[in-house]
Amino acid sequence: MRRGPGLFLKIAMVLGFAFLYAPILILMLYSFNASKLVTVWGGFSTRWYVELWSNTALLDAAWISVTVAATASTLATVLGVMAGYSLARVPRFLGRTLFSGMVLAPLVMPEVITGLSLLLAFISVSLDRGFLTIVFAHATFSMCYVAIVIQARLSGFDSSVEEAAEDLGARPATVFRRITLPLIMPGVISGWLLSFTLSLDDLVIASFTSGPGSTTLPMKIFSSVRLGVTPEINAIATILIGLVAFGTIFWSLALKRAEANRLKAAQ
Amino acid sequence: MAGRAVGHSGWGQRLAILIPYLWLLAFFLAPFLIVLKISISTNAIALPPYVPVWDSVGAALDHLSTPNLGNYSFLFDDPLYLNSYLNSLKIAAISTLIALLIGYPMAYGIARSSRNWRGALLTLVILPFWTSFLIRVYAWVGILKTEGILNAFLLWTGVISEPLQIHFTPTAVYIGIVYSYLPFMILPLYSTLEKLDESLLEAAADLGARPLTTFWRVTLPLSMPGIAAGCFLVFIPAVGEFVIPELLGGSSTQMIGRTLWNEFFQNRDWPLASSVAVLLLLVLVVPIVIFQRYARREGTG
Repeated sequence: MRRGPGLFLKIAMVLGFAFLYAPILILMLYSFNASKLVTVWGGFSTRWYVELWSNTALLDAAWISVTVAATASTLATVLGVMAGYSLARVPRFLGRTLFSGMVLAPLVMPEVITGLSLLLAFISVSLDRGFLTIVFAHATFSMCYVAIVIQARLSGFDSSVEEAAEDLGARPATVFRRITLPLIMPGVISGWLLSFTLSLDDLVIASFTSGPGSTTLPMKIFSSVRLGVTPEINAIATILIGLVAFGTIFWSLALKRAEANRLKAAQ
Repeated sequence: MAGRAVGHSGWGQRLAILIPYLWLLAFFLAPFLIVLKISISTNAIALPPYVPVWDSVGAALDHLSTPNLGNYSFLFDDPLYLNSYLNSLKIAAISTLIALLIGYPMAYGIARSSRNWRGALLTLVILPFWTSFLIRVYAWVGILKTEGILNAFLLWTGVISEPLQIHFTPTAVYIGIVYSYLPFMILPLYSTLEKLDESLLEAAADLGARPLTTFWRVTLPLSMPGIAAGCFLVFIPAVGEFVIPELLGGSSTQMIGRTLWNEFFQNRDWPLASSVAVLLLLVLVVPIVIFQRYARREGTG
């Protein structure tokens, strides 16, 4: 029988979660503050959301961020699925150690180094910095996360079903499309969503790899935050948090339901 | 044939290896080699601001035979760089310790909770991962600054009579790092504590050990893998952190990520920025290798 948490642990949890959530909740609350001053509550107002709507620079940056994130995460998912599949299903190939090292390394690499090295590489091949270079940079670190998610999912299933299909005469492409892909589909979607959020959130790597005319939303937020707290940034932060929270909850509920259906079908 | 690979001879499979392999070589390994190369070249007044080393193979070889380590010796001569390295390590280490002290009871509490609660609490731990890191750090600016919410609250309750200067101090950086990386600490701790064999604790209690003794002698040693994993996951990204010291720390809180950024964007000294990057990586290689060894041993053992 598992003993429940004692009083000390309960207090620690309450304080810990308060620490994790209070700043975000305060920020969201103050985005509805009518006063421009951070500490003075001037009553409930949606004025900052209205002003946000006419701030074209911020909206443009948001649009660039969304298109970069959508392109980069799609590219990252394709590359990451291939990499994860290779690592999980091909036990031996030339340079496998280097390959798995390169998949893991970007996860622990400080962002400033990744950003600097990509920028210098783009310059050395005279690639103009802009939309495309941010996409390449984001796809590179995101594909590693996708690869790990896919590898973990594939090593949870043994390859006997795939082998059986092959023995029955299915071509490798058919095996992948009809058997492997459906098995890893939840991982593919999770990987895409993770890549999308990572790209949408990235400041450091985008700052290094972007060029004139391709300022992303985090870059825009960062430059105005340096000047101080503004209610407009609170408003856009609240919208972003709301979207992400909604997406995460929706996706985890969908996953839970799919898993329950799978278990029901298996019985 | 046992253990054969699926579709071993397929062209598709070869492409599935080759495409991401080439991608990573081009966008991860090659850029890093370029940084290494530029870190030993001299800063020339030109655009791009480094003497191009890719003109010809001969020139490149020439360069390799006479590497210019001036940038590196400069890093050791100027106390600014050494200080920001040591400061980064110190700030990352203290933040990791604080995160452990806060995260351990939380992870233990979640592991002890009933099955229904555990799922919900874990979601609460993971959810901040999905919200913007920049925005979470920014949220603290409004709280910590001199005319911010924390000071307003403390003045109102009468605990203090003068506003506290927390924003732009190392304290603010500690708060920011602990806050941002706490979930990285809780998750691995939770996964070891959750697997903890309850009967061992009962046995200790039956043999007369008091709860605190049981914790020190049984629970804590058994959760060492989680402690190690959590500490590495907080420490490694914290060392190279840029956003937190930039937004929360003052000019006195130099960390190496910030030094690299300034060297690059403000002083436009690319070779020096590259040497800072190479040394930062060397500083991190030791903990990363230890961590990977540890992870592998845990995985196989």
